[in-house]
Amino acid sequence: MFADYSWGELGSIFAMQGFAGLILFSVFVLMALGLAIIFGQMGVINMAHGEFMILGAYVTYLMSGLFQTWLPGLFGIYFFVAMALAFVVAGALGMVVEWALIRRLYHRPLDTLLATWGLSLILQQTYRSVFGAREVGVTVPSWMMGSLPLTNMIEVPISGLFVMVLTIVIAAGVYLLLYRSQWGLQVRAVMANRTMAEATGINTGRTDRLTFGIGCGVAGVAGSAFTMIGSTGPTSGQLYIVDTFLVVVFGGSASLLGTIASAFTISQTQSFLEFFLSGSMAKVLTLLAVVGVLMLRPQGLFTLKLRK
Amino acid sequence: MRDTTLAASPTRGFLTRTELAGAAILAILIFLVLPAILDPFRLNLYGKYLTYAFVAVGLVLCWGAGGILSLGQGVFFGLGGYCMAMFLKLEASTPEATAIQSTPGIPDFMDWNQVTALPWWWEPFHSLTFTLVAVVAVPVAFAFVIGMAMFRRRVGGVYFSIITQAIAAILTILIIGQQGYTGGVNGITDLRTLKGWDIRTDDAKEVLYLVNGVLLFACLGIAQFIRRSKAGRLLIAMRDREDRVRFSGYDVAAFKIFVFCVGAAFAAIGGAMFTLQVGFMSPSFVGIVPSIEMVIFCAVGGRHSILGAVWGALLVNLAKTGFSESFPELWQFGLGGLFIAVVLFFPEGLAGLWNRHVAPLPARLRRRPVPPQVPSPAAAPKKPMPPASPAGTSPAAAPAE
Repeated sequence: MFADYSWGELGSIFAMQGFAGLILFSVFVLMALGLAIIFGQMGVINMAHGEFMILGAYVTYLMSGLFQTWLPGLFGIYFFVAMALAFVVAGALGMVVEWALIRRLYHRPLDTLLATWGLSLILQQTYRSVFGAREVGVTVPSWMMGSLPLTNMIEVPISGLFVMVLTIVIAAGVYLLLYRSQWGLQVRAVMANRTMAEATGINTGRTDRLTFGIGCGVAGVAGSAFTMIGSTGPTSGQLYIVDTFLVVVFGGSASLLGTIASAFTISQTQSFLEFFLSGSMAKVLTLLAVVGVLMLRPQGLFTLKLRK
Repeated sequence: MRDTTLAASPTRGFLTRTELAGAAILAILIFLVLPAILDPFRLNLYGKYLTYAFVAVGLVLCWGAGGILSLGQGVFFGLGGYCMAMFLKLEASTPEATAIQSTPGIPDFMDWNQVTALPWWWEPFHSLTFTLVAVVAVPVAFAFVIGMAMFRRRVGGVYFSIITQAIAAILTILIIGQQGYTGGVNGITDLRTLKGWDIRTDDAKEVLYLVNGVLLFACLGIAQFIRRSKAGRLLIAMRDREDRVRFSGYDVAAFKIFVFCVGAAFAAIGGAMFTLQVGFMSPSFVGIVPSIEMVIFCAVGGRHSILGAVWGALLVNLAKTGFSESFPELWQFGLGGLFIAVVLFFPEGLAGLWNRHVAPLPARLRRRPVPPQVPSPAAAPKKPMPPASPAGTSPAAAPAE
């Protein structure tokens, strides 16, 4: 298998595959962060998570068009505006959904799953009616195009680098929010022991709504970042949902570090396998391995010691 | 979580009178009314809908009774269907019929994908006996492995759902990726005869429809038997308080594995009948979306009612065909709304609505032989039944005016 390649070529291939894996890793982390909040902290299965990401992507698409037409001078920075707006729009929709739907179903997790699936169908059809069935792409600002040559064989696309930096920033933000802020403290208190949290004066209903909203907002930002590396269609969100849930479950649902570690493992495995096998077989083997590990270790890689 | 059907019927018999009546109505509809009024094309369509009813009945056992929500029933439906399709495809690919291929005697899609010999795991499907056994055995074995791995380690609830969904995704990707061996996205198509009997004629379709109906009623009988048995009551107990059942000394995992395998077997039979009636099998009946749609058939019919599940499968599919023929974009909204409505407003599904509103009607009418024909405006708000009153027990004692 390796005989046809020289050592230098092999090294470059591994470096390039590794970098492709890193981009995939960023994608997985971005997808999983919102879900780690909603599913990991709240225990809510949100099957419409992918659709919240796509909402962010469509917001970015709209902003890209808007800036091109009205503010061409500021086009270089439209992406940051779009990202903030994606967070707000997806988060607001998330809070509405929590208020209208999710809060009635906290005691019936399996029913939440079905209801949010219904929500995802409705959102998909809305996107299709509004934006059309064809995939749309955004115009990437000129400073993000091109690639950075590291050696004469290894090249790194700038948009990929940008997404990676973005991932680190967002992950750090979520970490600070969950573990260093008043709100994060409240969220963790409510999840650890709802009754006691209520007794200490935490408004658990409001905490739930805010948590769900922020989780959806992060999904929106993730979707916004995705537009840098791919196009967006009404059903793109559905493609991600299995991967995302597996990443979160594999990592141990209540652990942020676990989510990141599992995203790293899964993405690197898949990306390396993709070089040696066909894309679909790489995916099948990776997912099978994850399911296999989950069968042996249902609690995931990292677990939180918690008295139930 | 309440189980109205079991709670309201303390009789020890196999069927209560209402259940018997419901089964009789369904039997008359399936065996007499539909064949009489429908042309062969529509009858075949209804036969296709009824194959989904197998899955929905299995889900009533797994989900309604056992509390195990599998989002991967399409896997078993598909495995059953593919086993059947492999047999039919081999019969359709005789060396004479495929003489123009570069390798005659193998299925056409293999030839298109430069496969030159029949893979070893296709060989046994030359035999009809083996195929009929495999239709049930392969999915059940697969379900058994999944069940062993998951339930023995006490994986349940939403984790089980997510992992079964992932398995559905994996199998779809695998089938699509291994085009040369499975037919890829198109699936296994162009099926013609079953032991020389052309399954594409109208007569054959009618016979297959009736066979499908008989098998469905056999599955309904098995499901009812399980629900009536001690195992059925234990399942419900496990669904509601798993730890107590475990502490009482029962092997919880064994019961779950059992009911999961039964559900898989039903789905597989449905899949095989689907292949026979529709004439092809493709990954679009295996993946995440079809699998979760099968759950909605069960939920709409009523997750605690096996007859309701059949009605759910029929009605949702009818609505789907009706809507997507005329307003395709509305159907997506409708289906999404159905998921939400069934969860929020009528979690017991059609069966629950029936038990609450329609079934007590005869008793109410008997109590009030001459309905007061006073067109007073005050009579109007009395009409809706107080929803809190349990079905049948106290038929809203009509105020004797």
